[in-house]
Amino acid sequence: MSFSWARVAAIFEKELRDYRRNRFVVIFTMSVLPLIFVAVPIVSLFSIKVSVTNAKLETSIGRSLLYLLILPAIIPSVLSAYSVVGEREQGTLEPLLTTPIHSEEFLIGKALAAFLPAVAVAYAIFGIFLGAAAAFAHPAVVSAVFERNHLLTQLLFTPLLAGWSIWVGIAVSTRVSDLRAAQQLSVFASLPPVAIVALFSFNVITPSLGLALGLATALLAIDGLAWRVVAAMFDREQLVSGTRS
Amino acid sequence: MEQVGAPRAQAPGRASSARSDSPTVQSSAVAVDHLTKRFGDRVAFEDVSFRVGHGEVFGFLGPNGAGKTTTVRTLGTLLAPTSGAATVAGIELRPENGPAIRSRISIMPESPGLYLRLTVAENLECFARLYRLADRRERIERALRAVNLTDRANDLCRSLSKGLRQRTALARALLNDPAVLFLDEPTSGLDPVATREVHELIAALKERGVTIFLTTHRLEEAERLCDRVAILNTTMRLVGRPDELRARLFKSSLEVRLRSELTGAAAALGGVPGIEGWEAQPPSSYLLNVSDPDAVAPDVARALVHAGADICSMTETRHSLEDVYLELVDEDVEARRR
Repeated sequence: MSFSWARVAAIFEKELRDYRRNRFVVIFTMSVLPLIFVAVPIVSLFSIKVSVTNAKLETSIGRSLLYLLILPAIIPSVLSAYSVVGEREQGTLEPLLTTPIHSEEFLIGKALAAFLPAVAVAYAIFGIFLGAAAAFAHPAVVSAVFERNHLLTQLLFTPLLAGWSIWVGIAVSTRVSDLRAAQQLSVFASLPPVAIVALFSFNVITPSLGLALGLATALLAIDGLAWRVVAAMFDREQLVSGTRS
Repeated sequence: MEQVGAPRAQAPGRASSARSDSPTVQSSAVAVDHLTKRFGDRVAFEDVSFRVGHGEVFGFLGPNGAGKTTTVRTLGTLLAPTSGAATVAGIELRPENGPAIRSRISIMPESPGLYLRLTVAENLECFARLYRLADRRERIERALRAVNLTDRANDLCRSLSKGLRQRTALARALLNDPAVLFLDEPTSGLDPVATREVHELIAALKERGVTIFLTTHRLEEAERLCDRVAILNTTMRLVGRPDELRARLFKSSLEVRLRSELTGAAAALGGVPGIEGWEAQPPSSYLLNVSDPDAVAPDVARALVHAGADICSMTETRHSLEDVYLELVDEDVEARRR
């Protein structure tokens, strides 16, 4: 029996339905958390004095944008941490694994269900940030915010950071038996790539299109590798009985 | 003639020697040969062999920790066997056949395992898509009708009682018209009314010819629903029809109750052919081990009346499946002590 996108879609849609009716996901993960992560950068943006030097302006904007990049790392890690341990906690993992679903179909369905909402929210929040900056910030600040490298960093790294967080979250979820522990561990493990992006945002690494694309390619390769590792870690016997086959 | 204690027949054979009316491999929905599963040093079950025929309700009994659920998980390709062979729904049990086997069977675990934030219909829709069923809507409606849940299709599962959740899980298990339906403790934790409902559903499935592998430790449930039962206690202890197991483990017996104690009972009963042993059960009853109760009962009555006894009642003693089960489990406990 071959790989089926129909089964991936079944898992994906089931997950989205489940999120929609999960108050923790709707209120905290998808609403409160993004609002906190957009409010702080906007306030920070408006507090920049017009008289600051270019270097200070860059640092302030870099800090604000970095704040926005934490979001695509955190939201999917919270969602994906639930992917396996959550199924196990509510007793649905075994019925699911007794269907003809392949491990890859299960994992991709789960990953997409965390990836698409997380990236959509992160882009929406970035849009709100840009809109607020364009509408209310000083023209000099606006010009710095809308600089090509900043936009590129945000647009490029948002999905790549989300991808990393998802595979880390699912990996943790396959190994941990407690949901809260899984969420805490996966949020913690999702942050290291943000540090690399921080080097960009604070101009420690001089941003250039080539370097950004190079790092993005490297992160993409890491995401691909992480997917293979997670797929290998997904052992039905271990998940059902706690013992490896 | 000898006086007897426990009315036991020959010691039951172990494992495959205990097969009875066993379907052949070709006619089997499930065929298991010398299957063993170990987790490291711990043996979950060992050298288990049996057959389940098409359309049969096969009871799988055993105490907690006997390896029943592990056997179901192994046959359902969730766990890999350590050794041995099996065929499930006509497909050889091998890792590469996992998805093919899983598409032809259904397993209803002990816990219903429903998505509580999804409705009954949404739960079934998700699983129908995982089985890639073409006529999903029709199948879902049919499954809901089968468990009398059509009117609750749009209710969130978290709003359902435990019994209704169990019925929803059963509907889910019926979606793919499974060649073999594995039910793992389907009435565990249910109240008597919900239990009766599940029993009625299983009986209805049996009428429809669905092959059912029923794991339970409710012996009255097995006795009522199953064509044959297997008793597992890490190793296979017995397989057969419930009445056959009783006959194999316990001798037939007649219980005679007299108005008063009969002096000279030994002389009266000693002359009756077919009585293999007897014991007095004070104040005025006698338990007779007989080869054929129907043939012996008239002679017993005549002999007792001739000896001056007033017979109040004479009944054939029926051992329940519970007696069989307890006998075997106790035997295992004693064997372990030794």
